Amino acid sequence: MTQKIGDKMNPLSLHIDVSDFLPAEESEKQSMVVMRESVNFWKDGFRRLRKNKLAMISLTVIIVIMIFAFIVPVFYPYSYEQQIRGSENLNLMEYSKEELARKEEGEFVFPHILGTDSLGRDYAVRIMMGSRISLLVGIIASAIILLIGSIYGSISGYFGGKVDLIMMRIVDIIYTVPDILIIILLSVTLKYPLKDLAENVPGFGWINTVGVGLISIFIVFSLLYWVGMARIVRGQILTLKEQDFITAAKALGASNSRIIRKHLLTNCIGTLIVTTTLQIPSSIFTESFLSFLGLGVNAPMPSLGSLASQALGGIKSYPHRLLLPAITISLIILSFNLLGDGLRDAFDPKLKN
Amino acid sequence: MMSNILLDIKNLKVSFFTPAGEVKAINDVSIQMEEGDVLGIVGESGSGKSVTSYSIMGLVPFPGRIIDGTIDFNGHRINDMTEAELRSIRGNEVSIIFQDPMTSLNPVYTIGNQIREAILLHTNLNKQQAYERSVELLKLVGINEPEKRLKQYPHELSGGMRQRVMIAIALACEPKLLIADEPTTALDVTIQAQIMELMTELKNKINMSIILITHDLGIVSSVCRKIMVMYAGKIVESGTIDDIFYNPKHEYTKGLLRSIPKLNTKEHEKLVPIEGTPVDMLNPPAGCPFAPRCEKCMKICLREMPEFTKISDIHYCACWLLQKEAFEASAGGNK
Repeated sequence: MTQKIGDKMNPLSLHIDVSDFLPAEESEKQSMVVMRESVNFWKDGFRRLRKNKLAMISLTVIIVIMIFAFIVPVFYPYSYEQQIRGSENLNLMEYSKEELARKEEGEFVFPHILGTDSLGRDYAVRIMMGSRISLLVGIIASAIILLIGSIYGSISGYFGGKVDLIMMRIVDIIYTVPDILIIILLSVTLKYPLKDLAENVPGFGWINTVGVGLISIFIVFSLLYWVGMARIVRGQILTLKEQDFITAAKALGASNSRIIRKHLLTNCIGTLIVTTTLQIPSSIFTESFLSFLGLGVNAPMPSLGSLASQALGGIKSYPHRLLLPAITISLIILSFNLLGDGLRDAFDPKLKN
Repeated sequence: MMSNILLDIKNLKVSFFTPAGEVKAINDVSIQMEEGDVLGIVGESGSGKSVTSYSIMGLVPFPGRIIDGTIDFNGHRINDMTEAELRSIRGNEVSIIFQDPMTSLNPVYTIGNQIREAILLHTNLNKQQAYERSVELLKLVGINEPEKRLKQYPHELSGGMRQRVMIAIALACEPKLLIADEPTTALDVTIQAQIMELMTELKNKINMSIILITHDLGIVSSVCRKIMVMYAGKIVESGTIDDIFYNPKHEYTKGLLRSIPKLNTKEHEKLVPIEGTPVDMLNPPAGCPFAPRCEKCMKICLREMPEFTKISDIHYCACWLLQKEAFEASAGGNK
């Protein structure tokens, strides 16, 4: 017999391989009992998110904008405050006379891709810095809102009764305050104390760089804008706290703060992510709007809103100076909104199908 | 044999202060339990079984309040304890298993995390020791491959498995008393039997007492030594299994027993329900709460609540019929 058992010599042979019917070994069996990897909340959510094309495109756009806002300016040959004499009001890809002369000599001169402004500052880097400020405002303000709103809302919802009543009436009162008015009042009244703080107390010098206006925007966000988040979190907590696992945690002897931190807030994490993501564009929008009115960042520091505002003067000659920051704002806001929607679809258990 | 009294509830009254008025959920309930005892509390929905057990843990939900009576558990006077003191005994000396294992586990944590939480809250074990203990607990409640299961989320387990996990959590600190609040209602019959078997087995292993709350007399009969029948926030009859099943005295207990489906019934024979609905707890009647549904209701039943009649050392029943019999007996048949 030329054919060995368990090793077919001839691939065309129709003989049954006898070795297939030998008892399987324990180690071979083990390979079948691999337990499916346990899918947790995050993995499941991100898997859904990855299938959402619109959200993924938005995420890519946001990442690209972030690279341009945070990394590119570091390597960029021009800085946002550098005024180049003789290069004022250049158009897209235009060189000044002096730069042309240097080019003639064979020196490499980095082009002003988006031209320069009336003071001779490179417009491309100013837009990047403007986006940086806008994104920072959006993210920091949303973080402040998330922190205050979720703590306030969960305490109010969890304890209920009179605590809830009083805390929610405070929220109602804050809702009625006109926010723009408060921002204007605050930036006017905070201007001098903040300046004083920046100049006389060591360690607060950064206030001048960022601008009193921006700090007052943050203060306003932390004073006023958390109420929406607080209401959403409270609503979630109200339904969650009636769940059996909360009673079970109580019956185990868990303290109130532990129940709020560990059991309640983690269960609304989906809502928190989504609301925060949707809060970012609205914060950016508010910042741009205020900067447009001249209440935002301090002078050399650009923000997308203040860039648009400054461009108004020369709108007929240099329409791109208004269009470019406006498009960037729209792109950022649109991307964050779409990403927020995608996150909601991915993480909100009620929308699962 | 003298054993220690573990739980002593005297004249407990719990009311819920709702917008509609005061709902007297528990009205004058007294329970005494010895160490190692298994007590069954049966009664229909809304009879105050769960509220009784919650009040032992100091967990009467808002707007409920203990308005009268005392609860002594293992040397603690539960009524006078602060929230922090209560927390130190919850899960440690007294644990509870809830009715629905589907919702009693936090969906966002692995079960390992949740068992560990119970251990870490009350013991000084470090994380590694807590992990080993949780593996041990899962083995104890009969879950195979515990190391793998610990990494799973509640939604990956079946109802019976989840209830086993709940039991493991409840047993984490070897409590003196385990309150099982309808532990098998959400499970199917074969799993029910397994869970009950497991609980009896564990009871003997670590010598704890169990209060079993249920409306299923079948379950009670297989596990408990002593049964209390509750109706409208009152205990109407209490006694050993044999007393309740073979010598029921109260009309409500008799009704409950009649309503159980039997194996030897003829085809198409209808079950015998207890007619009527429970009384409105907002306006509890002055007399026996069961009187409106009772077939043998007498005039006095509507006016006054009967006292407990002692039938034997542990068999007590609150019914005017028994008082009447006793009266007739003492009158020597001279009507």
